[in-house]
Amino acid sequence: MIDVLYFAWVRERIGLPRERIETSATTVSGLIDELCLREPRYAAAFADLAALRVAVDQELSAFDAPLQGVREVAFFPPMTGG
Amino acid sequence: MRIAVQAAPFDQGAELQAFSAAASGAGAVVSFSGLVRDEAGRLSALEIEYYPGMTEKALASIAQEAVSRWSLLDALVIHRHGRLLVGEAIMMVATASTHRADAFSAAEFLMDYLKSRAPFWKKELLADGADWVRAKDTDENALKRW
Repeated sequence: MIDVLYFAWVRERIGLPRERIETSATTVSGLIDELCLREPRYAAAFADLAALRVAVDQELSAFDAPLQGVREVAFFPPMTGG
Repeated sequence: MRIAVQAAPFDQGAELQAFSAAASGAGAVVSFSGLVRDEAGRLSALEIEYYPGMTEKALASIAQEAVSRWSLLDALVIHRHGRLLVGEAIMMVATASTHRADAFSAAEFLMDYLKSRAPFWKKELLADGADWVRAKDTDENALKRW
């Protein structure tokens, strides 16, 4: 089981801030593919990966990052702090 | 080094005074505060979202990097989340060093990294709707100089 978190417009588009997911995906990309098959709102949120960033266990990561042993994956748009 | 992520407003003057007083041996203190702009009267408020856990860790690691690169005596980062009104302080950074060049550079470094590497997302609440603030290419490019 992996905790999947969504922030900003990704959260709004998917309609929830976090969920626990049972997945057989081995990479972040694989997880995205699984989510997109679920419902159109996921496909809409993940339509343009260039507009998204991912954190794996709270570290910024690449979309091909492995999921083995991972507890938490978060998807969000580029950050706008400061 | 103090990192604070909070919803509550903070007193910039009191924070700066306490930071300076505690930075023993410092010859220079630089501080920067970011305020909510009114965007030519269009903005009614700013809503700031963050990632509890990751945000604090990212800020601490950015501040630690600044401390070691410029041999700072101390660094302070305060960043708010939640709903903020026009004119309110969103965040502040302060750096203390022996001479001013290090404190200035480190404060700029902190700001550049805070903009695009700290997990915060701003939403503008406007008179006629709401919009997520888009990250700017210039902010991403600003990281290259470090």
